[in-house]
Amino acid sequence: MAMRAEEIEAMILAAFPDAVVEIRDLAGDGDHYAARVTSRTFAGLSRVRQHQAVYAALKGKMGTELHALQLETLAPQGEHQ
Amino acid sequence: MTDATDKIDALVKANDVVLFMKGSALFPQCGFSSRAIAILDRLGATYETVDVLQDQDIRQGIKEYSDWPTIPQLYVKGEFVGGSDIMMEMFESGELQQLLAAGE
Repeated sequence: MAMRAEEIEAMILAAFPDAVVEIRDLAGDGDHYAARVTSRTFAGLSRVRQHQAVYAALKGKMGTELHALQLETLAPQGEHQ
Repeated sequence: MTDATDKIDALVKANDVVLFMKGSALFPQCGFSSRAIAILDRLGATYETVDVLQDQDIRQGIKEYSDWPTIPQLYVKGEFVGGSDIMMEMFESGELQQLLAAGE
């Protein structure tokens, strides 16, 4: 099973309307992606909480339909935590 | 599922540094698990591994236990640290070294 990059981006944007989402298809197989998500929502959250929020936005597809998503989450203006 | 939770709880509490992974430290069965092992080895960490492929209960249970959908998963001193992406970020920033040093 695979997901298109646009689907991933749309699901993330639905949960974080302010987000800047960059997605790269790492293997060209529609199954291995890297995503960088920048959103004000992440300010003040630990990395685990930030990633959990993105996984929640993907509504269970992570680990099932979507095998591999390297994830980087950022708050704007270089706030990393 | 409570059996799995109890088992995971015991593993996390009995080991200061424990990595739930696919395969073994010597033969990781997935690129992400392999990356996690490479980071821990690079830091000279002492760690235990749990091969989730050997135990379906743990494989499912750990995802619920941590509220985290993927493997590998690192625990240090009973606290969930994250998966291989977070491990890599923390390795690059020096935080993982600090965390592991604090655990010794």
